[in-house]
Amino acid sequence: MPTGQASGAAGTAADFSDITRSNESLRRFLHGLPGVDQVGAEARAASLGTRSIKTTAKEFAIDLAIRMVDLTTLEGQDTPGKVRALAAKAMRPDPADPTCPPTAAVCVYPDMVATAKEVLGDSGVNVAAVATAFPSGRAALDIKLADTQDAVEAGADEIDMVIDRGAFLAGRYKHVFDEIVAVREACGNAHLKVIFETGELQTYDNVRRASWLAMMAGGHFIKTSTGKVQPAATLPVTLVMLEAVRDFREQTGQMVGVKPAGGIRTSKDAIKYLVMVNEVAGADWLDPDWFRFGASTLLNDLLMQRTKMKTGRYSGPDYFTLD
Amino acid sequence: MAPDKSKDTVVSTSSTNDARSTAFEYAPAPESRSIVDIKPSYGLFINGEFVDGGGKAFKTISPSTEEVLAEVAEADEADIDKAVKAARKAYDKVWSKMPGRERAKYLYRIARIIQERGRELAVLESIDNGKPIKESRDVDIPTVAAHFFYYAGWADKLEYSGFGNGNPQPLGVAGQVIPWNFPLLMLAWKIAPALACGNTVVLKPAETTPLTALLFAEICQQADLPPGVVNIVTGAGETGRALVGHPDVDKVAFTGSTDVGRAIARAVSGTDKKVTLELGGKAANIVFDDAPVDQAVEGIVNGIFFNQGHVCCAGSRLLVQESVAEDVLDRLKRRMSTLRLGDPLDKNTDVGAINSGEQLKRIRELSELGDAEGAERWEAACDLPTKGFWFPPTLFTGVTQAHRIAREEIFGPVLSVLTFRTPAEALEKANNTPYGLSAGVWTEKGSLILHMANHLRAGVVWANTFNKFDPTSPFGGYKESGYGREGGRHGLEAYLK
Repeated sequence: MPTGQASGAAGTAADFSDITRSNESLRRFLHGLPGVDQVGAEARAASLGTRSIKTTAKEFAIDLAIRMVDLTTLEGQDTPGKVRALAAKAMRPDPADPTCPPTAAVCVYPDMVATAKEVLGDSGVNVAAVATAFPSGRAALDIKLADTQDAVEAGADEIDMVIDRGAFLAGRYKHVFDEIVAVREACGNAHLKVIFETGELQTYDNVRRASWLAMMAGGHFIKTSTGKVQPAATLPVTLVMLEAVRDFREQTGQMVGVKPAGGIRTSKDAIKYLVMVNEVAGADWLDPDWFRFGASTLLNDLLMQRTKMKTGRYSGPDYFTLD
Repeated sequence: MAPDKSKDTVVSTSSTNDARSTAFEYAPAPESRSIVDIKPSYGLFINGEFVDGGGKAFKTISPSTEEVLAEVAEADEADIDKAVKAARKAYDKVWSKMPGRERAKYLYRIARIIQERGRELAVLESIDNGKPIKESRDVDIPTVAAHFFYYAGWADKLEYSGFGNGNPQPLGVAGQVIPWNFPLLMLAWKIAPALACGNTVVLKPAETTPLTALLFAEICQQADLPPGVVNIVTGAGETGRALVGHPDVDKVAFTGSTDVGRAIARAVSGTDKKVTLELGGKAANIVFDDAPVDQAVEGIVNGIFFNQGHVCCAGSRLLVQESVAEDVLDRLKRRMSTLRLGDPLDKNTDVGAINSGEQLKRIRELSELGDAEGAERWEAACDLPTKGFWFPPTLFTGVTQAHRIAREEIFGPVLSVLTFRTPAEALEKANNTPYGLSAGVWTEKGSLILHMANHLRAGVVWANTFNKFDPTSPFGGYKESGYGREGGRHGLEAYLK
């Protein structure tokens, strides 16, 4: 079990300095975490996926899921026009229904932050920017930090960084840890999400270790994927990360958020994630502050289901905006 | 750098620690009952037809509501005689003479009908037994179909089974008595290998759960199974005694309590009936300090709360290494608090009803004994429905080998927790029981798994999992857990000579 000294009270920082002092001490700690049995973890995720969420529960889940969406565009072809359209959609996902809540954030590349911010203003919808040489993370630290600062200065409320997977897989945990700490510092007041690219870490043991590494380094959120590598988010990977944030709070009193990203396209999938959040981490995480979906096409499916719940009828895709 | 104190005060879209989210309450999601058609009364299924019974008809109720579901005929000695005669005739004239590949066609057909009518069977099983629909739907019924498919495949390959010196022959008429915990699955375990090997059967389901067996009788009709190959006789202990004691029964197969198993062993001693008994258990689920702890907790929960603990191979004794006991128990209690107990037909129910008032009484008595002997009881907080038979998921800590709740089979959702220090002590405690049906080992160390599996005296040893069943895998016990094996190639031996 983790041996880091817990401070107990929520909000005060836990002291992990004994663990994070050297690569050796970090390695001892991370490799001392309980293992994850692949078959068992996948079976648990599958069994939670059989929950049947209907009527009022489904309405609750769909609205919550909409509020948790980080509406994302991360393409080479992104233009100010595309980003403005996306930002408008985030604020008013369903123009036909003013009761529809906005999404949590819009997620773009750093050079698009200013454009997004211009549209979103103080609407309450945050701007998240992927930084640190996203998606591969293969750049020198000063470039990553400059990338981060650039996004923050342009008005990003949240920074989604990628870890150095090469360093992680080579066992250079201290290197990964120090980078996260440095990026966190460069974030200033912006929230930091730490992307593992679980499709490259591959094992659940690695996911659990990366989770603890990022949480100890001060990440506000841990996030599965960039969306550029397959597989992206999966239920079992998210399960392992939810267990990690649950255990971290148990030990330190501090909550860390979780963001599965990539590959979540349907309301049915989103609801499976919310069931998992509810039953594994607990109801406290059922909030956009503590759980997000990194997604783009998911939103329209949520809107269609929402309309179906309200009207009793399915409407065609042409009744929902494509942005 | 340590995590920043300002963490909870930065940008956010809502308040933080006083999570504003109202609870995610799952709305009721009941599976529809309309798919099953429960008749007001049922007869016995003898020689391909439903006939009246000579005994006093009895009622079967839904354990979750105590609602009377149907009146069921009781077979008396004369009915048993009729059923055995029908089975004998079908054996002599039809079934034993039929080539294996033809018998296989019937078994495949039955398997397919079970799949086609799977939802109906699952709903009926949950209504009559009290088990959650997610288990009858996802475990019981698919495994039933798989069992028939598997043994259908053996029917024309018996000469390669390794039994009967290359020319194995059926035994004749099998008298089979099954319990109420997995009514249709136990029926499949008994009937599929018997029929594949060329035997005919008279089967008695448990008196509290006869309905799926009677629906299976309809499936036999639907499959055009020759009359008399399968006969279903309903009733309680007397009916079972008459069946087991019938002189023209060649083979007795029983699954149930060790007490009744002993009585059966006595009844058939001195006859040339072949017997297989699958009896009780008090399985050790052993968690080492290097176990994958979250999955181990799932395995503990699955081991003892699956099917309300009405499982002969349930992991009812948790042996946890003392150095991690506190952590494991904390996690276990937290997990138990998320179990959803209630309406068996609700698709989100994890723990259903206790099968009968009688069984509930036994669980209560043994649990009170646990209190009286000084063990500490903890139960998951959950509202028990006012009607029906219910018992909350419960664990006892501070249990030692000297406690009766560590020795006697409770057959309910009650876990006894013991600790150990070393693998040798774990083995000693695990084996220190008159039973020996199953065991579980949780560790990331492969060599330790093999060591434990070699030394545990239990018919099944699960490693980093629990309660996994497959038709290809033999199942059966050591010592007072019975003899003979069911399932897999080994399961053929009980029905061949």
